Amino acid sequence: MRVIIMGCGRVGAQLATLLDKDGHQVIVLDKNSHSFRWLPGNFKGTALLGHGLDEISLKKAGIENADVFIAVTQGDNRNIMACQIAKHIFNVPKVVCRIYDPLRRDLYITLGLEALSPTTIFSQMLKEKVEE
Amino acid sequence: MYIIIVGGGRLGYYLTRALLDEGQEVLVIEKDAGFSQTINAELGSVSLHGDGCEVATLEAAGANRCDIFITVTGDDEDNLVACQLAKHKFNVPRTIARVRNPQHEKVFKKLGIDATVSTTNLILEHIKHELPSHPLMHLLDIQEKGLEVVEVTIPPGSTCVGRQIKELPLPQDSILSLIIRKERKPLVPTESTVIEAEDQIIAVIRPETENELRAALMSD
Repeated sequence: MRVIIMGCGRVGAQLATLLDKDGHQVIVLDKNSHSFRWLPGNFKGTALLGHGLDEISLKKAGIENADVFIAVTQGDNRNIMACQIAKHIFNVPKVVCRIYDPLRRDLYITLGLEALSPTTIFSQMLKEKVEE
Repeated sequence: MYIIIVGGGRLGYYLTRALLDEGQEVLVIEKDAGFSQTINAELGSVSLHGDGCEVATLEAAGANRCDIFITVTGDDEDNLVACQLAKHKFNVPRTIARVRNPQHEKVFKKLGIDATVSTTNLILEHIKHELPSHPLMHLLDIQEKGLEVVEVTIPPGSTCVGRQIKELPLPQDSILSLIIRKERKPLVPTESTVIEAEDQIIAVIRPETENELRAALMSD
């Protein structure tokens, strides 16, 4: 599968590494080239400098033939906007968005976006640790 | 009418002032505590310190009784999300967003924002108007109808000079609505009006026919 990951932080880079190992075609997009230091030396995918809200960068990343688009930048709103562009403008079949704010996540789920809130997931995990 | 503005920078500040002068009820949501305080000190208590993309802030602002929601921060993604929250969570009937990247205008439309204002495009148009060439100027977008009002100045060498309007290959559905001539009264053209060099023509067209209009009026 052709997977575009927007945001090459710890999560983005680790996800890219895992998918690359499984033989997927991975393109990681970040507006800061310094972020690519998180990628391992044997990464076979593409690290692309560019802004995920910019149509030209997205086309360069091959969004028109992408199977999956994932947004994991630090900004909730940036992730939300990029995912909506991927879904509604470029019709990418699978789009997943990270949204830290649980309330914002709930709204975008009702608007049809597939979204995960690390805040909710991790708090739940911590709670289970406390109670075990 | 109750209007909420998100973003208390320069644009938000002057917009608030203008709307208050009109007698509207206005609230400005501003992230920066200092900016928010300045607005409250200068314009009366009209600013709420908070993030306009947070549900809690919009609840505190009373967004559910808001008539018009306007976002004028410097970040397109923040403007989009705040408008979508207002629209879908608080059922605000009209949302207006400032757009900095002109490419994003069509994205915002597609995602349901009622009106967009591209500040970059506006400034570009005004600068172009001051240049000595004869460009096609955008005066107004009538977004709901898919029309725009443009101004064209006829170059002296244009093939349309000396011809009647009915002879010109104008794009379908275009209307030449007004001709402004040097040192004469503006006139409403008819089919038999003859075009002169340096005529300023105000036309209503569909945006996708701009090039056809340019070819009909400005080619030599």
